[in-house]
Amino acid sequence: MATKPELLVDKDYKYGFHDENVQYTFKARKGIDHDVVEQISRLKNEPQWMRDFRHRALDIFFSKPLPAWANLELLSKIDFDDIYYYMRASDVEGRSWDEVPEEIKRTFDRLGIPEAERKFLGGVTAQYDSEVVYHSIRADLEAKGVLFSDMDTGLREHEDIVREHFATVIPPADNKFAALNSAVWSGGSFIWVPPGVRVEIPLQAYFRINAENMGQFERTLIIAEPGSFVHYIEGCTAPTYSSNSLHSAVVELIAKEGAHIRYTTIQNWYKNVYNLVTKRALAHRNAHVEWVDGNIGSRLTMKYPSVYMVGEGARGDVLSIAYASEGQHQDAGSKMIHAAPNTTSIITSKSVSKGGGRTSYRGLVKVYPGCDGVKSNVRCDALLMDPASRSDTYPTMEIDAKNVRIEHEATVSKVGEEQLFYVMSRGLSEVEATTMIVNGFFEPFVKELPMEYAVELNRLIALEMEGSVG
Amino acid sequence: MAERLLEIRDLHVAVGETEIIRGIDLTVDRGTVHALMGPNGSGKSTLSLALMGHPKYTVTQGDILYKGRSIKDLGPDERSLLGMFLGFQYPSAIPGVSVANFLRNALMARHKGGPPLTPAAFKKLLDDAIRRLKMDPAVLGRYVNDGFSGGEKKRLEILQALVLQPELEILDETDSGLDIDALRIIAEGINAQRGPERAIVLITHYQRILNYLRPDVVHVMVRGKIVKQGGPELAQELEAKGYDPLIKELVEA
Repeated sequence: MATKPELLVDKDYKYGFHDENVQYTFKARKGIDHDVVEQISRLKNEPQWMRDFRHRALDIFFSKPLPAWANLELLSKIDFDDIYYYMRASDVEGRSWDEVPEEIKRTFDRLGIPEAERKFLGGVTAQYDSEVVYHSIRADLEAKGVLFSDMDTGLREHEDIVREHFATVIPPADNKFAALNSAVWSGGSFIWVPPGVRVEIPLQAYFRINAENMGQFERTLIIAEPGSFVHYIEGCTAPTYSSNSLHSAVVELIAKEGAHIRYTTIQNWYKNVYNLVTKRALAHRNAHVEWVDGNIGSRLTMKYPSVYMVGEGARGDVLSIAYASEGQHQDAGSKMIHAAPNTTSIITSKSVSKGGGRTSYRGLVKVYPGCDGVKSNVRCDALLMDPASRSDTYPTMEIDAKNVRIEHEATVSKVGEEQLFYVMSRGLSEVEATTMIVNGFFEPFVKELPMEYAVELNRLIALEMEGSVG
Repeated sequence: MAERLLEIRDLHVAVGETEIIRGIDLTVDRGTVHALMGPNGSGKSTLSLALMGHPKYTVTQGDILYKGRSIKDLGPDERSLLGMFLGFQYPSAIPGVSVANFLRNALMARHKGGPPLTPAAFKKLLDDAIRRLKMDPAVLGRYVNDGFSGGEKKRLEILQALVLQPELEILDETDSGLDIDALRIIAEGINAQRGPERAIVLITHYQRILNYLRPDVVHVMVRGKIVKQGGPELAQELEAKGYDPLIKELVEA
């Protein structure tokens, strides 16, 4: 597979290390067919309905072409036969970090996960390649009946809840990569919040790819019962490899009447990872779903977090940032589907392209007939750091109702010579000045993040700017 | 004898192929206030931007000495750290960056390797400057120049000077677009900075601000050259007669 050597010399990506010494206890052979799917399902000792579901999904995956509207120049480089679809590095899932194999624990230490957990999280799952290796939830949340585990455990221990909701928001036939995930999924988070329970401290999942040519296919399902609240955060990183890895997740959120789900992602995959993720939420009557979505890493990201507002008074918000440097394409956006009256959506998308990087906003606002009183506001701001970089906007509006208020605004700006000169004339170097301008551009996003993530994101941008200004 | 802070020698500045500054000599000593006057398009702003190191303005001939050292090859950040400051005629907006954060970063750039500024000292510095300029303290939380009125922008420029305490302060039309009350407050802010350690170069069209800020020397610039120098009375003469007699004199000469 062709790789660009300059991507390997990336001193600024501090997550690029990998563990040589990890002993995989199980590794499926490379490539994908029904035998591999059968093997994964048997290994997990799944019920027959899930096994059948996987096989059906695989047939759908084979039958669907790559999406014609996508960046096929990058997408067609994925060699589905050269990927490991399942790898297990540990047979046990630790409830304390001491139970996690030493090499793996060391990785998460370096990523700062145990420290973050002690400081400000209500629960953590840590996924290493295909399987979750660590999981915890605070005793007080458990006592309130909150369920938070990896998806496989969720299926084993709460099969009735999973079976009722699984793949109801994103069926396998939705798109080629949702079908692939449905066939080979492993890990991810399962969360169920009982009626009226508010989880005031965030729950976090951390996804780490360690092996080369790895495909990670986690599956997340969050169900917020009426009147409940949960904030879930996910972070992702991967080692610096010359060959490509694939990350293809499916995330389904169900916010029942009056429930509120906030889902925050800080995606910082290494620049060899294809990040093709389907994220969708159902918002019932007066429910509120927020996607806070940060895409910094990966070679190609295709991700359009969506909210299907199916009950009156529901609300969907997407606040996303994308950052693309050399060799990267962040194709991100959102879909807001207004299928009930008096529903409200806000999409705010901010992107920065530099060094020939490319960002795209792709979005859909759809209002079904009879849905009066809908309000939707879409705002896309793109910042170009240099003439070699690129940004496009592909907004679609399908409005079939009257008495609606739909607003769309898009801007493209450049980091101007005047702006840079102004900041530098106050004593800041070019790198410091550029960092300040970019951080300012992302500020509306950063201020929505928990403090620790905001600091980390600012630091990340500073590192990126150091690489870009010379 | 007063120390020479800035010395401009036979300076020529071009934008692209067009020469705008066509041979200027000017010296500014510590402790003095200079007014640089002239009609529109005479090159006053170009001179100020070239002095601060704007990349669009090329020094094609001559030199700029600051504290006896040539600075014409230094970047704007280096010039700032040496003690120079430009109050912009058209300051840029920096959305998402609060005034407090902006000033903290600018001060931190000055404290590299030195003792760090304590949060308490930083707060006092800001509070004093805000009070002096009669600004709303809420300005510290607003984004730099983002949605500011013309007058607010000018005040913010002077606020920055008060906080950064430069040795050479060049103020490019800081008085334009201000009502009379704002003009007086800003002039008081500038006056507060006069002292034996500092020099101020005021670039202005009008004599108005000079009623509050009595300059030691007045220079008149026309078509990229300084054509006349004098004391404060020169500014009054220009106010009374305009620039036309001076230009006419030049043409006839």
